[in-house]
Amino acid sequence: MKNSSYLTSVRTMTSVAAGLMMALSTHADGRLIATSGVTQVEGSAGGGLVPWALITGYSEENQTSVSAFHTLTDVQDFRMTVDGIGFSYGNRFELTAAQQRFELKGTAVDIRQEIYGAKYKISGDAIYTSMPQLAAGIQYKRLIDGEIADAVGAKDSDTGTDFYVSATKVHLAALGGYHLLWNATLRATKANQMGLLGYGGDDNNSYKLVPELSALVLLDEGLAVGAEYRYKPDNLSAFKEDRFADVFVAYFPNKNLNLTVAWADLGSIAGSEDQSGLYASITGYFK
Amino acid sequence: MTIIIKQMLAVAALSAMVSFAQADTLYDDLGGQQGVANIVDDFITEISFDKNIYPFFKNTDIERLRTKLQEQFCMVSNGPCEYTGDTMEAVHAGMQIDKSQFNRVVELLQNAMTSQGVSYADQNRLIQRLAPMRPAIIHR
Repeated sequence: MKNSSYLTSVRTMTSVAAGLMMALSTHADGRLIATSGVTQVEGSAGGGLVPWALITGYSEENQTSVSAFHTLTDVQDFRMTVDGIGFSYGNRFELTAAQQRFELKGTAVDIRQEIYGAKYKISGDAIYTSMPQLAAGIQYKRLIDGEIADAVGAKDSDTGTDFYVSATKVHLAALGGYHLLWNATLRATKANQMGLLGYGGDDNNSYKLVPELSALVLLDEGLAVGAEYRYKPDNLSAFKEDRFADVFVAYFPNKNLNLTVAWADLGSIAGSEDQSGLYASITGYFK
Repeated sequence: MTIIIKQMLAVAALSAMVSFAQADTLYDDLGGQQGVANIVDDFITEISFDKNIYPFFKNTDIERLRTKLQEQFCMVSNGPCEYTGDTMEAVHAGMQIDKSQFNRVVELLQNAMTSQGVSYADQNRLIQRLAPMRPAIIHR
């Protein structure tokens, strides 16, 4: 059954994480609230749409963090759920595994994609250094259901890999006493609609460099409001592909939980125009 | 009579201009000398109850710490003080404070300011002025 490789990978990651947690200090609470970011739609730490230079969880030096998340997006013609787990060590690197499940409403069309992510913090600290925090990451994507990708002219309907670099900075008290965060990510990708419609296409089959931008204000009581803009390649002659955009509210009641709700504008998806709607995500951080 | 009224109006106008020009400093917003003293007292209490942080202060001269913290918070918030203590490097040498412990102390300071009714924005402003000291404090 096609799901077994994903489950095996999840089981392996969970055992590795558990083993590491037993070997190392486990109270992963060494960072300030909200510095985990939230979980973006491919499973990496960041905003709702964009991977940031922040490392998932609250692990600081010698600490480990394990997290799990669930995301639901509901637009006019499509629904997508994402489930996944994350692991981080020492506020230095993160590993994530996620499965996206994308449905065309009212049909049996069901596209599943696995995304395995790794991110490494190269330098800086978003809060404490004047230079932004810099990180490099990859997202290795595997389409479980590649039939639609084949049908729409994707060059590869099995696997594709995205590479990105991110710079994230928090300016303390910069906006009337409120903290301001910005992030700029540059991604090299061939993925069509994040990979749900395969990788590469008849219009273009080389890597495209696309920018992804986020801004966020940290309010009182664990609340943050932000906006994101994510450019995407347009590789398929069959369908136009637009940028993603969202505005979101993130809630961090404590270091164990994040709830994020967004209004997402996903543009044209597989011929359906102006897809927009609700995005909701919950991430649990375990020590 | 009109001369007196004109003089009073002139004085009133001048005082209004002066108070407008002297916008509140962060020091004022923290409650001035008494406000800062109360924050420092609560901060020291928070530290004494934190089992991970208290050990760093076991042998500290608490009264000296109290005075020096007041001086430092006053100075960084544009109050009329001069910090006369040792450098951050000298104070923290040999303690090998790591990033989690530093962040924990930030949280303890936030708790103290919250107890003293300091607004979220003013808490952020004080933290913003203290944060650049981190490299001088950690890993020494």
